[in-house]
Amino acid sequence: MNEVTLIINDEEVKAREGMTILEAARSAGIDIPTLCHHEKLAPYGACRLCIVEIVKGQRTRLVTSCVYTVEDELIVKTESEPVIKLRRMLLELMWARAPGVQPIRNYGMRYGITGVQAARDYGVMLGISPIKTKFEIEPTFCILCGLCVRYCAEVTKKNAIGFVGRGTEREVVFFPEIAHEECPNCKECYSLCPTGALPSHYALAEAYHST
Amino acid sequence: MPRLSSATDLERFRQEILARRDPNKPCVTICSGTGCHAYGSEKVSQAFTKEIQRNGLQEKVDIRRTGCHGFCERGTIVVIFPEEICYLRVKPDDVSAIVSTTLVENKMVDRLLYEDGNGQKIVHEGEIPFYKHQSRVVFGENRLIDPKSIDDYIALGGYNALAKALFEMTPEQVLEEVKKANLRGRGGGGFPTGRKWETTRNAPGEIKYVIVNADEGDPGAYMDRSLLEGNPLSVLEGLIIGAYAIGSHQGFVYVRQEYPLAVENLNVALKQARDYGLLGQNILGSGFDFDVEVHRGAGAFVSGESSALMTAIEGRVGEPRPKYIRTAVSGIWERPSNLNNVETWATVPLIINKGAEWFTSIGTEGSKGTKIFSLVGKVNNTGLVEVPMGMTLREIIFDIGGGIPQGKKFKAVQTGGPSGGVIPEKFLDLPIDFDELTKAGSMMGSGGMIVMDEDTCMVDIARYFLNFLAEESCGKCIPCREGIYQMLKILNRICEGKGEEGDIELLKEISEVVRDASLCALGQTAPNPVLSTIKYFRDEYESHIEEKRCPALACKALISYYIEPEKCQACLICLRNCPVEAITGGKNIIHVINQDKCTKCGTCLEVCPPRFGAVTTLSGVKVPEPVLVGTEVIRKRGEGK
Repeated sequence: MNEVTLIINDEEVKAREGMTILEAARSAGIDIPTLCHHEKLAPYGACRLCIVEIVKGQRTRLVTSCVYTVEDELIVKTESEPVIKLRRMLLELMWARAPGVQPIRNYGMRYGITGVQAARDYGVMLGISPIKTKFEIEPTFCILCGLCVRYCAEVTKKNAIGFVGRGTEREVVFFPEIAHEECPNCKECYSLCPTGALPSHYALAEAYHST
Repeated sequence: MPRLSSATDLERFRQEILARRDPNKPCVTICSGTGCHAYGSEKVSQAFTKEIQRNGLQEKVDIRRTGCHGFCERGTIVVIFPEEICYLRVKPDDVSAIVSTTLVENKMVDRLLYEDGNGQKIVHEGEIPFYKHQSRVVFGENRLIDPKSIDDYIALGGYNALAKALFEMTPEQVLEEVKKANLRGRGGGGFPTGRKWETTRNAPGEIKYVIVNADEGDPGAYMDRSLLEGNPLSVLEGLIIGAYAIGSHQGFVYVRQEYPLAVENLNVALKQARDYGLLGQNILGSGFDFDVEVHRGAGAFVSGESSALMTAIEGRVGEPRPKYIRTAVSGIWERPSNLNNVETWATVPLIINKGAEWFTSIGTEGSKGTKIFSLVGKVNNTGLVEVPMGMTLREIIFDIGGGIPQGKKFKAVQTGGPSGGVIPEKFLDLPIDFDELTKAGSMMGSGGMIVMDEDTCMVDIARYFLNFLAEESCGKCIPCREGIYQMLKILNRICEGKGEEGDIELLKEISEVVRDASLCALGQTAPNPVLSTIKYFRDEYESHIEEKRCPALACKALISYYIEPEKCQACLICLRNCPVEAITGGKNIIHVINQDKCTKCGTCLEVCPPRFGAVTTLSGVKVPEPVLVGTEVIRKRGEGK
């Protein structure tokens, strides 16, 4: 494998050809936020938090670093102003969906989302004294990162869990017939889930199966 | 069934068909496209069969059910050849008159002819203004052939281009011709077709695919549908030529399940082409093998996006893939896959037949050839129109489309489907092509053109398209799923009179992120309807937010119906028609709408006789209190002024 040299945040980084920008950055100790990335799984490109700015000649572009592969002499800016602006909005949008989910809380604080103050937010979750954030909070259990669905398809190859629905109706479900057979001895996805919502999804599938 | 095994065979077969056909024999063609089908063209066609038999003309007159003619506003369309007498809005009851008058006596049925603004009757289809200003090079054959008859297609010169490509040209020459023609993709992006073909051709890998994207799903757009329904063989011929140039032996047609007639006609076309040796092994004896599989879509708008479409063909859920390698290099099963839209493929045989020079003589500097538009909305002549690139919006909407109904004022036109933008009146003289539309903040898209008049609320329109996109977003990536959702919530709020200061800025802020961060083109272009309406009609947003007023009087939450006491003739019509009994009054007692009960259905406004014109729509102002409550003004009908 050939080695390429790229510049990430003014730092020279050596990477193997074929690596993604995200992999190269992380291997050099530069963190890029992600919600849907997992080293065992194929890039998914859904959370869009890993978007970075690249400079090629005169051209500046925003690219998805979990998919975009490294090139020699590529200049990457992982925390430029447009990138931060974008991440802040994405986190703000997710904040309205999952204000209590740890990675979203952590990144939210990192990117200074309006009104990120732990005490107040827990208050919101408990329904006490709502505060004004940019978007009305309508919490859901799942952030739709797809780690469970992809792990079940790509690693364990059971396909016991999948997505149904479109747009904001999209949700994760265990397919009762498969889940009843496969899941009791596996449940490997549980530890991947950033929200802890999977056991209840699974319980629902079991309930369906028993009827 | 002849199996044609050389170009000479094809030509001989064509001559045989032509020899069997008398060009002077009357032929009644009945449009059986989707629009006319909905008007009942099936029954018209049956009536013709019966009536022609009853008159003993079955040997003397042919009947042909064709694809869409385009003038869908006036269906069912019947054209009688060879004179091309065009009858519009034909109902089964009109058929006996047509047969006895036109076919027997050779006279016109005047009442079914097109009448122009001056009361002048127009006999021939091509002279009707709707058609006269068009250049129907791709769509024109629709009206001449029965889509289920390959013989009809061959008689018109069909497969000439394929024979020419296979026997007189190398794949490189075909590719060069298409590149020289500067054909740009008709599906929306406008990417140069030749360059795309070349990428797939040069991509590593033995197995390559060519694909027809017939997943047209824009509200109000149906040009691909009508082309595939009306002339499937032209699309197929283009596809085979493309496959030959690219070096592909397997094609796919991804067509929406919601287009049953397109699926049916396509399958008939494929079978006939295979039987004739024009598809499958050793096409026309040239040694070139190519076959096509039909893949029916399951109703997701996002599947029209190329990577989602290819994922769907692989048998998985149609969701876009995050890739920086083009599908032309790595598409279906990671093999080079060239995807073009229906209209693009149908244009290819024309370029091969007539040459790139002919093609580039039509159109503008950057956009060559013609484009089919679906002209719908508040326009007199709705239908499908094909015009050279560079024609102005004014010509399309007023000369071809016949202007705005009921003398209303033109306000804007939405082009490019739900992800396109709204173009205001000041751009009416804009020559339409890929680049000009983009400059104006909209896009060509697949060619949807929705005309809006003064009664259309621009905020409501943005809301409508965002609602469509929110429902069609696959939900995979955050900006598209959550961003469109939040934008829609804001727009709903504004239309309901609950808009707040800062909403416009917030809409713009979210728009930027949805545009820059979304995974596929659905999300990336979703803010267009919002941004373009804010750009050109910001004052309407402001009226909604600041004054709680809808200037177009369209947003139900912001309007009230009011009966002007001076004009009310106490005729009881509105009172009796109100579905929720919100109108009080009586004979000789002027009527009053109880605003608390009123559901704003608008029935009172519709039924109030125009000569009274007593019901008005108010917005942004308080509804006046009823005069003299308790002792209502009593007035006899006809009294007062």
